[in-house]
Amino acid sequence: MAPKPKLAVFKFASCDGCQLALLDCEDELLAIAEVVEIAYFLEARTQVLEGPYDVGLVEGSITTPHDAERIRAIRDQCKFLVTIGACATAGGIQALRNWADVGDFVSQVYAHPDYISTLATSTSIAEHVAVDFELRGCPINKAQLVELVSSLVRGRRPKVPTYSVCVECKRRLTVCVAVARGIACLGPVTQAGCGALCPAYHRECFGCYGPKEQPLNLVSLTTHLSRQGADGRHLVNLTRNFNGYAPQFRAASDRLEEDLSS
Amino acid sequence: MTSPRTFQVQALSRVEGEGALYVKLEGDRVQHVELNIYEPPRFFESFLRGREIHEVPDITARICGICPVAYQMSACHALEKALGIQLTPEIHTLRRLLYCGEWIESHTLHMHLLHAPDFLGYESGISMAADHKEVVQRGLRLKKIGNRVVETLGGRAIHPINVTVGGFYRAPRRRELQALAADLDWGLQAAIQTLHLVASFDFPDFEQDYQSVSLHHPDQYPMNQGQVVSSSGLAIPAEEYEQHFQERQVKHSTALHSVLLPEEINYLVGPLARINNCFDQLSPTAKREAERCKIEWPLRNNFKSIVARALEVIHAYEEAVQIVKTYHGQPSACRVPFQPREGSGCHATEAPRGLLYHRYRIGDDGLIQEAKIVPPTSQNQGQIEEDLRNFVPQVTQLDDDQATRKCEHMIRNYDPCISCSTHFLELTIER
Repeated sequence: MAPKPKLAVFKFASCDGCQLALLDCEDELLAIAEVVEIAYFLEARTQVLEGPYDVGLVEGSITTPHDAERIRAIRDQCKFLVTIGACATAGGIQALRNWADVGDFVSQVYAHPDYISTLATSTSIAEHVAVDFELRGCPINKAQLVELVSSLVRGRRPKVPTYSVCVECKRRLTVCVAVARGIACLGPVTQAGCGALCPAYHRECFGCYGPKEQPLNLVSLTTHLSRQGADGRHLVNLTRNFNGYAPQFRAASDRLEEDLSS
Repeated sequence: MTSPRTFQVQALSRVEGEGALYVKLEGDRVQHVELNIYEPPRFFESFLRGREIHEVPDITARICGICPVAYQMSACHALEKALGIQLTPEIHTLRRLLYCGEWIESHTLHMHLLHAPDFLGYESGISMAADHKEVVQRGLRLKKIGNRVVETLGGRAIHPINVTVGGFYRAPRRRELQALAADLDWGLQAAIQTLHLVASFDFPDFEQDYQSVSLHHPDQYPMNQGQVVSSSGLAIPAEEYEQHFQERQVKHSTALHSVLLPEEINYLVGPLARINNCFDQLSPTAKREAERCKIEWPLRNNFKSIVARALEVIHAYEEAVQIVKTYHGQPSACRVPFQPREGSGCHATEAPRGLLYHRYRIGDDGLIQEAKIVPPTSQNQGQIEEDLRNFVPQVTQLDDDQATRKCEHMIRNYDPCISCSTHFLELTIER
């Protein structure tokens, strides 16, 4: 029998929620452990098997000099490196520091700022090393995670949608919150994957899955939302959250902020 | 003269977040103990400044993927106080149901997959499943049902989207909650089985003089409401929390520790502390089964926190059953509207791991001006180190590997959740 593929799960600055998604696969977890060697997964097991690993799942963003070094070593150990979630893929909510002076942040929170070793920015894994695949979401969708693991075991590319939340929303037969309720919604530009949850709960999509891979037009959307009466500060905040440092969202919030101050 | 001996765990496993342990011995005497939190700081309190009121529960959820509901609950209640919002009884009840779901998923994950392996001698729940498949499968199903409760009310299990300041974006329909009833009935019985399993574990003899701190409410087991109480008789509203508890740096460690004033002592939060303070408020089945275990409360051995978790899971299942079976559904009453205004508010709720305190100031522009968050693991950290200092002498006769494993087990009694390091410090150790 061929040896089982070795899976490793690594954590950087994050909330643990995306790796928890693996433990949340209650129906599949033991079956996954039968076909995949869970070689390194500190949140779940003490046993550590040495690399190299066939698949490395990386959660979290790079925020310290030490972590910037560590991700390089991990890249060398992993044949196929996958980022899971908004922190690893776009820098996460902690990337809000990228618009501020991190020195101010440190001194607001700590009595002795000199003990803090932190970078001025929170950046995605892809800004540091080559990434083979990105699984979006804040948090990721566990069905997509199961698809990812099973496709990698079979040696095919994972099937993950690259269209917008709007497509999922229509399939779900949800009444459009933007049209019917006048709520500023990021559904048209956000990648699918959540199942269009928020509109089904009568609220706006706030971009957990980041800018969709298919072409998108944030200038058009935000101009339309402004004309509909959306507050400028609100639109900056809406495009500047968990995926705020993803290039398209970043450009949109920077432009909106410039409009605010002009 | 003997040379100093050290135990080190470079990266703690089966805990949420990143931490390390360092113990230095001189002969049999413990010279130095450090629980090293190297989880990078994420500065939530700073970047909450300038955000809109309704964004706060969505953002604070991201502090912890394991207990996002707790961060949403403390944030919402604190902001509702700042805004003078009076919640309806229905909203209070639905929030309790949501919290029941989170306690269930968080506790059952820790008990079956992370902590039980320590007692039964496995490196993980995955390995344990080879010999105890039924236990692990029961744990996974119990956990899944907890997640289903959170999904039903919150939209999804990790970072729910249906929680907002003033209530819920959409009230659940009656049939949505009733659909949970059969699973919850099963879960209550299964949770009783798990209680009797964990109560039969072999516990190290480790009685400590804990100062248990939790919420207390005369009419309900504490989740979202109640006074902050301690075993030595403190009873204060959340508004006085910062007068009695202080976060500070201590000389032997660079991590922030909370201490109870005026004596500046360590204290215990979490399931054991809650039951110590609120046994009378447990549900009838939880109380009955607690008595059948023949374990006398209050308890002073935190290795038995796994029993406390099991009792709280029984309570949460029983309360959830009762809520879903009596819910009638009044969708119009699920959200109290508000106008943004200047104000301040603070609140504490009971996260799975213990007391979680939030304070906010809202400016006249309706944006957040200041935020303060004190997570449970920051409050337990001083007590964890004190426990280690007292526990290490029991394991010095073991070889380094075994002794280290025992220390890790002791730390897991706290189910430490280090990713909630809104403001833990980076620690440099000289070795």
